[in-house]
Amino acid sequence: MRKVSPQEAVASINDGAVVMIGGFMSNGTPEILIDALIEKNLKNLTIIANDGGTLDTGIGRLIKTGAVSRLIASHIGLNPLTGQFMNEGKMEVQLVPQGTLAEQIRAGGAGLGGILTPTGLGTEIEEGKQVIEVDGTNFVLEKPLKADFALIRASIADEKGNLFYRATTRNFNPMMATAAETVIAAAEEIVAAGDIQAESVATPGIFVDFLVGGEPYVD
Amino acid sequence: MSIKEKIARRVAKELNDGDVVNLGIGLPTMVADYIPDGITIHLQSENGILGMGAVPGADGYDSNIVNAGGKPVTVEKGASYFDSAFSFAIIRGGHVNVTVLGALQVDQQGSLASHIIPGKMVPGMGGAMDLVTGSKKVIIAMTHTAKDGTPKILNNITLPPTAVCKVHQIVTELAVIEVTKEGLVLKEVSVDTTPEEVAAKTEAPLIMAENIGHF
Repeated sequence: MRKVSPQEAVASINDGAVVMIGGFMSNGTPEILIDALIEKNLKNLTIIANDGGTLDTGIGRLIKTGAVSRLIASHIGLNPLTGQFMNEGKMEVQLVPQGTLAEQIRAGGAGLGGILTPTGLGTEIEEGKQVIEVDGTNFVLEKPLKADFALIRASIADEKGNLFYRATTRNFNPMMATAAETVIAAAEEIVAAGDIQAESVATPGIFVDFLVGGEPYVD
Repeated sequence: MSIKEKIARRVAKELNDGDVVNLGIGLPTMVADYIPDGITIHLQSENGILGMGAVPGADGYDSNIVNAGGKPVTVEKGASYFDSAFSFAIIRGGHVNVTVLGALQVDQQGSLASHIIPGKMVPGMGGAMDLVTGSKKVIIAMTHTAKDGTPKILNNITLPPTAVCKVHQIVTELAVIEVTKEGLVLKEVSVDTTPEEVAAKTEAPLIMAENIGHF
């Protein structure tokens, strides 16, 4: 784990990268890493995230720049530009049920070959996928999701990269920390090892490759 | 009282002490304002809260705490937070007693459409598909007809399904309808309407309960 600036943290993200970004309607999204990505003027990014943020917050700010050619998300309703780009063919959007998305990312990080879920049976979600019967009940086989990079946000990090998330900012961040080749965490505050109680660590430091401080405080 | 308040108040009567309840955005959220005295429920928010409280006043605002619509919210004493995978373990795993959500269409099999109007409205399903699939009881809280008066309770939904055969009950400003294997059973009507008027505004056939109540 290395402590770096936001620019150094995203230096190896290039055109066409697959990037997971934590947060739920921008709550728990690493805004300083989004800033650093926007500065790079990238093209053809695939973003995996819960939602498309809003026009002024989170992933929505990145989408607005035209850097994203594909979005895998559960909800895009709070960002009208997402739907517009989708209709204009500027961006491909794959909508996934939220619980399925969370489990696909978890499966990607947990070494699983996929998950079997009843969600989406009989709907467009089932199309083109294997339906598997287990003890008389049908399930949809959903494959694991992985990424080149995960950009996640913590409230507090320690010098070893251990992460603590306040309240609802946790959401997709812990799963994403396990499912990407390179994990970049932005924290409001970086404290000494031991200053976060071991029981309060939701993401162990071994998962974090780059740590960035200075994520804006929220209160 | 507005139509929405009327629906929310009637839905609240379906909740039992100790229930884990997920309320959708909009009208369903208003159900929390009408929980009967003596009943304690645990509000689950799919972004990672059990024990969600009211919308904060100016002094209790903490933007670390939001609801599934991304709006600031408070938590009750004894609440807990968790990640999205755990949140949907609660939802999909059958640990939510009641889910209340809106719909564009519901049919006599209990299938519902709520997440897409192809070519027009494509917000995404969010947590709705998981919620209606995993919850023990699914209540649809919606206006009885569309704005132009066309029925929303149909023989068969025509929009893409959000889930198939998952709805247990429909509560509108006019009626309380239960989804059964035999079809839709009209259990209650609003005091300002009649079973005949409800049937006229419903495309799917209604089975009249023996004693139709009023609310």
